[in-house]
Amino acid sequence: MKSEYDVLVVGGGPGGAMAAKAAVEAGLSACIIEKRPAIGTPVRCAEGVGEELLTEFIDPDPRWIAAKIDGARIIAPDGGELNLAPDMAGNEVGYVLDRKIFDRELVWKAAEAGADVFVKARAVDAIVEDGLVRGAIVEYMGSRKEVRAMVTIAADGVESKFARWCGIDTAIPLAELETCAQYLMTDIDIDPGLTVFYLGNEVAPEGYVWVFPKGERRANVGIGISGKKSGNGHRARDYLDTFVRRHFPEGKIIELIVGGVSVCRPLPCTVANGLIMVGDAARLSDPITGGGIYNAMYTGNLAGKVAADCIGKGDVNREALAVYDRTWRESTMGKAIERNYKIKEYFITLDDEKLNMLINSAKKIKMDKFSTLTLVRELIQHNPKMLVELQALKKSLG
Amino acid sequence: MFTMLNIHREVCGYCGACVSVCPEGALELIDAYLSVSDACVNCGICARVCPLGALEVTNEE
Repeated sequence: MKSEYDVLVVGGGPGGAMAAKAAVEAGLSACIIEKRPAIGTPVRCAEGVGEELLTEFIDPDPRWIAAKIDGARIIAPDGGELNLAPDMAGNEVGYVLDRKIFDRELVWKAAEAGADVFVKARAVDAIVEDGLVRGAIVEYMGSRKEVRAMVTIAADGVESKFARWCGIDTAIPLAELETCAQYLMTDIDIDPGLTVFYLGNEVAPEGYVWVFPKGERRANVGIGISGKKSGNGHRARDYLDTFVRRHFPEGKIIELIVGGVSVCRPLPCTVANGLIMVGDAARLSDPITGGGIYNAMYTGNLAGKVAADCIGKGDVNREALAVYDRTWRESTMGKAIERNYKIKEYFITLDDEKLNMLINSAKKIKMDKFSTLTLVRELIQHNPKMLVELQALKKSLG
Repeated sequence: MFTMLNIHREVCGYCGACVSVCPEGALELIDAYLSVSDACVNCGICARVCPLGALEVTNEE
């Protein structure tokens, strides 16, 4: 590990890998430090990603695609089913990945492009001089050393400690942290081409249960619930066990996966002097689905490019790096996060009766091309009893 | 009597959900080991969100 790089990337997930790759491809030196002893493990993810989104950055490879998904099904609290064809389901249809392989592939690509990579190398503090982030103190092989950089990219996931050490409050509000538990199950009866989402305050309060296929008879079966609904005897794992007993009593559990996903708005500013925050660390997971793979890849790639541009111009201050913040906020992804945040805020107010009404009425809606606004407009037509609240939602979406 | 945060290490799944909600930045995940610093104020937010129930604020004599 050198003591100085152009770009230091804290975290070796999809965001960090894309950032390092983009930086070295722009002619910079870059180093990824990953505190875990292996890239890609332990998995903290349901592993679903939209097809169009993923293929923006990488060609699909059977080595890390566990399943190709052709449709999605939403199950209402009363058991009513809403089937979404691929063009309706949008980003919820695509691939279920094998993150252990996928994450490695992305880091390999960054390394092949010229980035340094170190595992079991943990940032323990930020180096901040005159209000400028200048790298990290890194604990590696039993000793601590300074690794200095022109730009440091915080890609340290949901924990998001690095930005905190730089003085930025990244704490997720209790109500906006989805606490999650998932089993990788085998020997279960599923449709291998269909992702299934179960809604309802008894099944998953302010969250959902997902069944994401990973082959003919295996799937990620998981749940996320709001932190404020979690407590002794009613934690994510308790709800998951109840669900599994009911739906897959004969299934075998071959992996337990736990984690947290933010469903808050992104951080108000995702850059500081010498610092860019990407992916989950910047609170960029989707507030409805919790999906964050693409968002991390997109912002990681953008961060690497912006870092290169700013280093080239000799200015890495917050104002110069702010082009990163503006670009993602104005992007399709940024707009989708803002829109989905508002929809999520509305959905968590719904009791099961209203959820049933909305989901069951959505079955009757025919759309040539999926659009959130068209959907809300149609829902208003079909649910006169919910006119006022749905109109308020429509208005908030602009 | 005082309160303190106890970590049931045999239950912890070292996922970091607790780290992300800690208002004091007192928690840190070092691979499979969750550490608590002096900054902890025993607010119990981490104990609520833990998906497995590995954290507990207890009263000590």
